[in-house]
Amino acid sequence: MTTRSSIMDAVRTVSAPARIHPAIGAWLAPAIMLAVLLLAPSVLSDFRIALLGKFLTFAMLALSLNLIWGYAGMLSLGHGVFFGLGGYAMAMYLKLESAGGKLPDFMFWSGLTELPIFWAPFKYAWFAFPMTFIVPAVLAGALGYLVFRSRITGVYFALITQALALIVSILFIGQQAYTGGTNGITNYTTIFGHSLNAPSMQITLYYVSVAALAVAYLLCWWLISSRLGRLLVAMRDDENRVRFSGYDPAVLKTIVFSLSAGIAGVAGALFTPQVGIISPSMMGIVPSIEIAIWVAVGGRGVLLGAILGAIVVNGAKSGLSESFPAVWQYFLGLLFIGAVLLFPAGIMGLFKRENWQRPWWLSTSQVRSTIRGLIPGGRNDRQ
Amino acid sequence: MIGNRQTPPVHAPSRNGSRSQDPRDAILSVEQLTVSFDGLTVLDELDFSVGYGEMRFLIGPNGAGKTTLIDVITGKSKPSRGRVVFDGATDLSRRQEHHMVRLGVGRKFQTPSVYSSLTVHQNLEVMLGFRTRITGLLGRLRRSDDDRIMATLEEVGLQNRARDNAGGLSHGEKQWLEIGMLLVQEPKLLLLDEPVAGMTRRERDRTGELLQSIGGDRSILVVEHDMDFVRQFARTVTVLHLGKVLSEGNMEDVQQDPEVVRAYLGNSRTQRPQAARLNTRREPADPAPVAAD
Repeated sequence: MTTRSSIMDAVRTVSAPARIHPAIGAWLAPAIMLAVLLLAPSVLSDFRIALLGKFLTFAMLALSLNLIWGYAGMLSLGHGVFFGLGGYAMAMYLKLESAGGKLPDFMFWSGLTELPIFWAPFKYAWFAFPMTFIVPAVLAGALGYLVFRSRITGVYFALITQALALIVSILFIGQQAYTGGTNGITNYTTIFGHSLNAPSMQITLYYVSVAALAVAYLLCWWLISSRLGRLLVAMRDDENRVRFSGYDPAVLKTIVFSLSAGIAGVAGALFTPQVGIISPSMMGIVPSIEIAIWVAVGGRGVLLGAILGAIVVNGAKSGLSESFPAVWQYFLGLLFIGAVLLFPAGIMGLFKRENWQRPWWLSTSQVRSTIRGLIPGGRNDRQ
Repeated sequence: MIGNRQTPPVHAPSRNGSRSQDPRDAILSVEQLTVSFDGLTVLDELDFSVGYGEMRFLIGPNGAGKTTLIDVITGKSKPSRGRVVFDGATDLSRRQEHHMVRLGVGRKFQTPSVYSSLTVHQNLEVMLGFRTRITGLLGRLRRSDDDRIMATLEEVGLQNRARDNAGGLSHGEKQWLEIGMLLVQEPKLLLLDEPVAGMTRRERDRTGELLQSIGGDRSILVVEHDMDFVRQFARTVTVLHLGKVLSEGNMEDVQQDPEVVRAYLGNSRTQRPQAARLNTRREPADPAPVAAD
């Protein structure tokens, strides 16, 4: 036994690929990215910065999904809802400020004569801003607890969150008097008395987005490197074993799902003032699935991957649509197919040395297992 | 507890005897337990107990109810009637799985269940926080906990593989890792469902020695099909058949018991291979049984 292990140890030492020290990987890459993002305004035009600011909110959204999908193995196809709820909470505040004490325009058009009770407190920033986190977190917590307590996992969880995206977007379209219907909430122009369209405000919002993304990154990083984080990975590997190890997976999953939804909500709250509109089309099924694509392209289970994926995919999207207005969506489709087939571990997977050693995408079994791995519950769906 | 691991196993036959029925002496006692699934009675008014510090083997033909009994003890299945009394507490048959673990019942599954993307060390680390509040899990591992993990890894012979991914371990090593994962939680009662299934002869013997060394101050209940293994390491054997205890005692007596022979032989000649299994060692080439859960 001892002889065998020592031989195996020796073999491992010899064949072990030279790796970048984990501490450097953990700090250097995010530090470089932060530096690039902070320097971007001095290089890029105001238009590009506004665009990048929007992508940063998407990056934060992708980060929140990566936390539960990449680490805890729960694919949510309803994260657009949480993003949207945060966005709406912010938009309600902005709309009330712009209306200046009068009834918001869309309510007037829908025949309302006075402000609905649940709208009233949103005129205070101290109420509206925390709500962008709390509302999605509470909704996710309540839904999550019911779902997880019933031991619904894998693809069934994905389907339920998908249904949530459909239900909430239909609800928001239907309640036109309270939500602005299909148009959503728009036509707000100021924040704290400053014009939202001024270039200086765009730059400010950009920096706020960078800061929020950095905070969210640190929060996720702290969580996944804690013992709780390892427990999340353990749950992804074998939930049953976790249950028979004295933990209640339902509680753990609810907590992390709720936190993820809260982060997504804050991302939505930063999106709204930069883009000038929040509408049900942001929280439907298609945008919710798109978030999963960003994470898959960037690299599941690597925090930075989600951020990169969101920026690269959205950057490609706007770049291609400018250069090839007629056929850009084909390129985007090719990008996704290519990413899944050639880089199943995403962009971040390219930085892992073992992936360089052989053309691993030529191995069909590898590709097959990768595709299987992308399907929630496909790898490990013991009931 | 870890410090005691070098001492020879102390089974306490005086305390529990071979047929302890007194609940005060039993860490686990199951009373009048009935479990049925869709009208099929799997456990039939079963009375069964395990003493403090005892290592008990549970054998029986397929469908005897062995795994179901473990399921009930660990809270996975709920009985239709009867009680499960653990460590002096009252009826625990309605508790959830994680409650039972916190009370001190550890369970090893038939197929090795380890966290394949974590390292061996992290596998044990994850097991340690099971009585900690969530907020306590946000911190890092204490030094004393780390020592405990390393001591446990040494106990199961995996100290050299602490930094390796558990997914890369051999089948036998995974089984040991899972036993180590349970040990680090210092359970009062260990339930092992076929711990040597799919092992080579050498691995099997090592596992037997491991079980003997970890016994003593904790009780162990082993479900096993490998009769050679049972003969080699068992002191007290309980034979379960059709949801009832058919026989209990040391292996020789149990093997001579005509009731047991009949149960394994079956009433028809077509079931002869089962009889062979009682008296000959199972070939190591046998495929590992598929997990029932």
